[in-house]
Amino acid sequence: MLGRSLREVSAALKQGQITPTELCQKCLSLIKKTKFLNAYITVSEEVALKQAEESEKRYKNGQSLGDLDGIPIAVKDNFSTSGIETTCASNMLKGYIPPYNATVVQKLLDQGALLMGKTNLDEFAMGSGSTDGVFGPVKNPWSYSKQYREKRKQNPHSENEDSDWLITGGSSGGSAAAVSAFTCYAALGSDTGGSTRNPAAHCGLVGFKPSYGLVSRHGLIPLVNSMDVPGILTRCVDDAAIVLGALAGPDPRDSTTVHEPINKPFMLPSLADVSKLCIGIPKFQFCILTFCYKEYLVPELSSEVQSLWSKAADLFESEGAKVIEVSLPHTSYSIVCYHVLCTSEVASNMARFDGLQYGHRCDIDVSTEAMYAATRREGFNDVVRGRILSGNFFLLKENYENYFVKAQKVRRLIANDFVNAFNSGVDVLLTPTTLSEAVPYLEFIKEDNRTRSAQDDIFTQAVNMAGLPAVSIPVALSNQGLPIGLQFIGRAFCDQQLLTVAKWFEKQVQFPVIQLQELMDDCSAVLENEKLASVSLKQ
Amino acid sequence: MAAPMLRWGCRGRRWAFARVDGGSCHRRGAPTGSTSNQIRGESSVAQQPLHTAQKTRKGEHKWAAVVGLEIHAQISSNSKLFSGSQVRFSAPPNSLVSFFDASLPGTLPVLNRRCVEAAVMTGLALNCHINKKSLFDRKHYFYADLPAGYQITQQRLPIAVNGSLIYGVCAGKKQSQVIPKTVRIKQIQLEQDSGKSLHDNLRSQTLIDLNRAVGLLEVVLEPDMSCGEEAATAVRELQLILQALGTSQANMAEGQLRVDANISVHHPGEPLGVRTEVKNLNSIRFLAKAIDYEIQRQINELENGGEILNETRSFHHKLGCTMSMRDKEGKQDYRFMPEPNLPPLVLYDATSLPAGADPQQVINIDQIRETLPELPSVTREKLVQQYGMLLEHSFTLLNEVGLLEFFQNVIKETRAEPKKVTSWVLNTFLGYLKQQNLAVSESPVTPSALAELLDLLDSRTISSSAAKQVFEELWKREGKTPGQIVSEKQLELMQDQGALEQLCHSVMEAHPQVVMDVKNRNPRAINKLIGLVRKATQSRADPVMIKEILEKKLSL
Repeated sequence: MLGRSLREVSAALKQGQITPTELCQKCLSLIKKTKFLNAYITVSEEVALKQAEESEKRYKNGQSLGDLDGIPIAVKDNFSTSGIETTCASNMLKGYIPPYNATVVQKLLDQGALLMGKTNLDEFAMGSGSTDGVFGPVKNPWSYSKQYREKRKQNPHSENEDSDWLITGGSSGGSAAAVSAFTCYAALGSDTGGSTRNPAAHCGLVGFKPSYGLVSRHGLIPLVNSMDVPGILTRCVDDAAIVLGALAGPDPRDSTTVHEPINKPFMLPSLADVSKLCIGIPKFQFCILTFCYKEYLVPELSSEVQSLWSKAADLFESEGAKVIEVSLPHTSYSIVCYHVLCTSEVASNMARFDGLQYGHRCDIDVSTEAMYAATRREGFNDVVRGRILSGNFFLLKENYENYFVKAQKVRRLIANDFVNAFNSGVDVLLTPTTLSEAVPYLEFIKEDNRTRSAQDDIFTQAVNMAGLPAVSIPVALSNQGLPIGLQFIGRAFCDQQLLTVAKWFEKQVQFPVIQLQELMDDCSAVLENEKLASVSLKQ
Repeated sequence: MAAPMLRWGCRGRRWAFARVDGGSCHRRGAPTGSTSNQIRGESSVAQQPLHTAQKTRKGEHKWAAVVGLEIHAQISSNSKLFSGSQVRFSAPPNSLVSFFDASLPGTLPVLNRRCVEAAVMTGLALNCHINKKSLFDRKHYFYADLPAGYQITQQRLPIAVNGSLIYGVCAGKKQSQVIPKTVRIKQIQLEQDSGKSLHDNLRSQTLIDLNRAVGLLEVVLEPDMSCGEEAATAVRELQLILQALGTSQANMAEGQLRVDANISVHHPGEPLGVRTEVKNLNSIRFLAKAIDYEIQRQINELENGGEILNETRSFHHKLGCTMSMRDKEGKQDYRFMPEPNLPPLVLYDATSLPAGADPQQVINIDQIRETLPELPSVTREKLVQQYGMLLEHSFTLLNEVGLLEFFQNVIKETRAEPKKVTSWVLNTFLGYLKQQNLAVSESPVTPSALAELLDLLDSRTISSSAAKQVFEELWKREGKTPGQIVSEKQLELMQDQGALEQLCHSVMEAHPQVVMDVKNRNPRAINKLIGLVRKATQSRADPVMIKEILEKKLSL
């Protein structure tokens, strides 16, 4: 049952094959068993059980609230949850209990979903590994998968297995690990430069970033307001569509949400053929040796990812879709542009954490200024402080025109690149999500957060500049037995079309299900009772 | 706001002498020593008449002062600029604070429609160009009563620009002539007020009240003014306009209207001097005082070879001087950036309004223009035309809070001539109020009572001196009507011709010498006789009637 998709388990609940409380308890039990993954910062066991009880009553009375009623979900710990600690994985917010729910959280609860807990992340979502939070790094469940372990056994150089675990990617790594390890059926991430799509790719999940303005940000503790979007992590595209259906729509508390009513629910048709589709491939994808620094072909792109990207394009072409090269000439400036805009907004957004109203406050009380300084030094990690410093530099009167305004102009050029691509007839763009599969933690931390973020966001980040919808779909396992994802980018507010194409693609590639039996020897009871077959159904 | 001390002309004040006919020039002031000396010096020169200001000795420098103002007016609205929490003056601290007001992480601003309408209305009333698209920015600084660490304002593209404010300055020897002056309005911007810091020096702690995060209109007046009086008069006019529009209660004492003044001095024809900013001006009277003090301070400083620092100074009410605010030292860089959570504010007019637009979702400038109430300048014009009063009288009627309404209520209820009413309201009534430092609303005399009194006067039931007596009685708040007072005190004029003739006769008989004088053509003698008769009637007879009878009897 735990290995099923959200839609499948929803059907099981409706048919009474399992009750919400049973489902909730199984997930809670698995959360405990997989505690070493460090996916959750807070497990809201009591809340979840109470919600399950209420859900159960509704099912008994035949008053189910819909597909999400009784479904265990997890929420990244940068969404405000009423009465439940919300830390952003920072000392600054340890112990901070918001008095309100983020709109997206409220919407999920209104649909009867069970909140299992708050998931781990990089501090204030600043990172691409889920390694830089105050609660420690998140471990990728694939580190313990049968698929990965078997490949490693073949490798004579494999070292100590315990210290060689993989990162999840980030910053929504906790959410990705939670869904990937079957502790819940869907999780909310946030996506500012790729923070939902990146860990989805590394954890073999569907990671969806909706159009900016489609889903409310109210209650999401911001990284970059003009780029943040609540993201959705699920095991399949249909599940993402169900969650999107519950979340999308205008919110009077977020003035940047669109006012047009959204067609609900997001039912995805099964595409019979793709012959009317036009898939855009950012140029140079077949150029291997030269001019590799341009656009989407960057030197660090692994040959495996490159090859899968090509195969995916071929697949569309062979099924009758039109596949064309498109040029996105300004996206190469995306990372540096993002650096300026992100740090500037970070400097501004973090100004409220001064130790006065909520969160951490230092013991120093000689003056208000001294208190501010010490509180912020103690409360923020180096990454956050570094970004605040850069951001304040870019916003100084003497620098504003040279940095911030220029970056905004470049942002407009990047957005226009996409508009031009779509105007040339392209329906969706196809790119890699990440440069390679997940790397071991020890490997990952050899580079600093900034370098890592710059590299890892390279395919995902421009999308946030333009506010477009994008989804990472797991495609296949690498030679090492690790998931590789590809990214589809759609027209603004054509989220449904994008997911429809993604769903077709997902069906073609038949990505294998993670096999965690060995890892969970001691919790095999849980899984075995649940017909193990369903876990590895698609193998 | 009661502003009984308000003067709206440049009378001789302290050291600043404004010439209203062409920019003001400031004469070198007496060298001053300590602050206390300067303050004592005030009374000794305060009586200097205006014209002496223009007399400068040969070789003496003339100084010109330049004054610009930044005015913050709290928008009168039910809820705050960016949150739904209520606005109420003097509510218990932190009782009206939403999650957004407390800057809880994840909260977002939502713009209050009423505040936008108030800004458009104010912009239209001040002849501004209304920007159909305006933007919001964040202005960053760390302060305990600014919980977000930034203020949301409109720095780059404000909602209204390029307006003007016309105010009247009194001139002439008797200050009886009103000269219109214009100050340009640079812009009007919408912004969020900060919280309020309450400093408890005793326990060396600061308490924060976040109730105040209401909407503000920042009105920036160009440096077109040249003395405290001009600035004060301009602010008073703006205050009247805001109150007429209902966009702000503009009560300075309650902090609903706050004024910062930018002041510099220079020699005419030379570049402008370094300016200082004077804050903490919480009444119009202090505003005028502070500006004039600062102008003279700068002149003295420069004349003594000193230099003016670009600094922020605070006006000290009790000492009557400005002082450098040490905590604002150092260069402030507000690190402005666009507010990413608020889309551009788009306004429409009749031509740009999209078809089928939801009126709840759009703001139509033309529609707001149609609903603009009468502005003070129009009200004054109407008073002059309708009642034939002098322009300066119309100024006084509007400047005193509630006085115009009082006047209009009296006019409504009385048969007396408007000129008579004007004279009674502005001289007698206002005189009594001022003497006792009362606001119109605190007056013991109601409009109806005054109207009744004026009716008695108009119908010649009582004489004007009796009327003054009645007014005096009314002021005592004994709850009697003028009619009751008149009959109790027997103040009616004697209407009985026969009795009056009899009285005249007796008086003439009792004063043969005076009668003789009259007959000898002594012009004053008849007045003496009239006086004697009036006295005999206890002032209850009409002097005109008495004179007629006497003249008849004396066969003049």
